[in-house]
Amino acid sequence: MKYSAKYFSGKINIKWLYSAGVLFLFISAALGIISGSTPLLPGEIAAAFRDGFDSSAGTRIFAYVRLPRTAASLVCGAALAVSGAVIQGVLANRLASPSIIGVNAGAALAVTLCAALGIYGGWQLSLFSFIGAFAAVMLVSFGAKKWGASRGTVILIGVAMNSFLGAVTNTIVTFIPEVGVMSNSFKIGEFSGVTHQKLVPAVIVISVTIVFLLTLHNELDVLTLGEESARSLGMNTAFMRMLFLLFAALLAGSAVSLAGLLSFVGLLVPHAVRRVAGSKSSGLIGLCALYGAGFVCICDTAARTVFSPYEIPVGIIMAFLGAPFFVFILIKGRGGRSRD
Amino acid sequence: MIELINISAGYCKNIVLDYLSAAFEKGRLTAVIGVNGCGKSTLLKAICGILPIFGGDIHIDGMKADDMTRKEIAKKAAYLAQGKSTPDMTVEQLVLHGRFPHLNYPRRYTKCDRDIALSAMERAGVAEFSENPLYTLSGGMRQNAYIAMALAQDTDYILLDEPTTYLDIVHQLKLMKTLRELSDGGKGVVAVMHDLPMAMTFSDKVVILNNRRTEMIDSPEAVYKSGIIEKIFGAEIGLSDDGKSFYYKY
Repeated sequence: MKYSAKYFSGKINIKWLYSAGVLFLFISAALGIISGSTPLLPGEIAAAFRDGFDSSAGTRIFAYVRLPRTAASLVCGAALAVSGAVIQGVLANRLASPSIIGVNAGAALAVTLCAALGIYGGWQLSLFSFIGAFAAVMLVSFGAKKWGASRGTVILIGVAMNSFLGAVTNTIVTFIPEVGVMSNSFKIGEFSGVTHQKLVPAVIVISVTIVFLLTLHNELDVLTLGEESARSLGMNTAFMRMLFLLFAALLAGSAVSLAGLLSFVGLLVPHAVRRVAGSKSSGLIGLCALYGAGFVCICDTAARTVFSPYEIPVGIIMAFLGAPFFVFILIKGRGGRSRD
Repeated sequence: MIELINISAGYCKNIVLDYLSAAFEKGRLTAVIGVNGCGKSTLLKAICGILPIFGGDIHIDGMKADDMTRKEIAKKAAYLAQGKSTPDMTVEQLVLHGRFPHLNYPRRYTKCDRDIALSAMERAGVAEFSENPLYTLSGGMRQNAYIAMALAQDTDYILLDEPTTYLDIVHQLKLMKTLRELSDGGKGVVAVMHDLPMAMTFSDKVVILNNRRTEMIDSPEAVYKSGIIEKIFGAEIGLSDDGKSFYYKY
C-alpha cells in the first residue's frame, strides 16, 4: 500500500475534473461572448433571442461577431486537443501533435489550394482540408510502419513532412499572391475571419467526430498497449489505427479551415490533462475536449481585449501563456518525472 | 487442446518455423525452450494469430484457427508479449482491458467486468495496487499486473513469452508458482523460458525447438534422461536427490 495514498485517483477525481472542465468551458464561453471592444450585457443577449438577431446593434454584434467567433474558438480548441491526444495514442509518442507531424500543414496546403481555386468556405473547404490533413497523417504513419521506423523516428518523419508541406504552400503563395489565406495571421492562427459559412460545417464535423471518439476511448487505450498486446486482445489494429487517424485528420482539418495554423494546443492540452488526471486514461478524450475548448476561447478573448483597441492573433497569446504553463506542468506535475 | 500441425511461420521471407507440430493441453504447464532465435516467440505469436502462418493448421479446441475471428481466438488464448511497454494507466485500467475481447462496440466495462478484473487482480496479487499507475510498480509487480490482465481475459490458455526475464529470483519463483497454480486450476499454460532448470522443475511438459522444428516433446524427466539438453544447449543439467528440482552443472 506504499503508493496508494500518494497516487490515489478514484472516480470522484475524474468526475470532479469533468465538472470543473464544464464550468471552465461555460465561463470562458460567457467571457468570450460578453467581452470585446463593445461589451455586451446579458439583456442584449436575451434580446437577440427574443426579438431576433437584427433588432439592435448589440444583438447584431452578438449574433454575427461574438457568437461565431466564440463558437469557432471553442470547437477549434476541442478539435486540436482531441486530435493531439488521438495522434499521441496511435503513434505511441507523447511528442506528437497535429502541428508537429505535419497534419495541420497538410490541411493548410489544401486550404491554400482551395483559395487558389476560389473556394473560401462551406463544405468543399472542409472536405479539402480534411483530405490534406488525412493524406499527411497517413503518409507519416504508414511510411513509418513500412520502413519500420522507431517511435522517435516517426516524429522526425512528421517534422520533415511538416517542413515539406509548408514549403509547397509557401511556393503557391509566392507564385499566386492573391491567395491571401496564407497571410501572417493564418500562419499564427486567428479567428477574426470566421464566418457562418465556414463555421457550420466545421462545428458539425468536429462535434460528431468527438462524440464518436468518446465511445472509442477503450480502443485507443488498448492501442497504446502496443501492436502485439492489442492484437492478442482481439483488436484489428490496422483498421483501428486507420480509423483513429481518420478522426484525428477530420478534427485537425476542420480546425485549420477555421482558424489557420493554431499550434501548441494539440500538444499542451493532452499533456496537461494527463498530468492532472493521472493515469486514469478513461477520461482523456472528454477532458481534452473540454479544457482544449476553454483554453483556446480564453486565449482568443485575451487576444481581442488585452491590447484593445488592437487585436493580436490568438496564436501569439497561446504561445505566451502556453509555453511557460507547459514547462510548469512538465516540471511540477508528478515531481518532474518524465516518461514516454 | 491447441494443436499445431505442420505449421510454417516467420517474418516476410525469413522462415523461422518449418513443418512444426506440437500440442498444448489444458491443465498443464508446458515450457518451450530452445536457443536464441530458434522461433520460440514466433511459435506463440503464430498460435494467437498475431503472426500469420504460411502453411499448416492450428486447431484450438478442435476449431481451425483460420476460421476463427481475432476476437474468438482472444477469448480462447491470452498472450503476454516479451517486451511490454509501460503504458500510462492504472493497474485496474490495464486489467480491465483483459475484458476487451468479450465486449462489442461501444465498449463500456460493466460492474461484472470490474468484478472479474478485481478477482483477477486478487489472484495475481496486485489488488492493493489497483489504483496505482503501472510505472510506480516494480518489474515483478508489473508482470503480475499483466498476468492479472490475462486472467481477466478469462481464457482456457495463457501464452507467456519469457515471463521471468528481468525479474529477480524471488519474483521468478513466485511467478512460476503462480503459473503452476493456474495450470493446476485447469488452464493450459505455455511459457517460453530461458532458464532451463527452472523450466524443467516447474513444467509438466517440455517442448524443445531446434532447426525450425520441435526436437523433442516430453516430460522433464524424459528430457533429462535423454541427454538432449547437453547436445543442443551445451550445458549439463543435474537432478536433485529428492528428484524434484533440476540445476545447472557448471
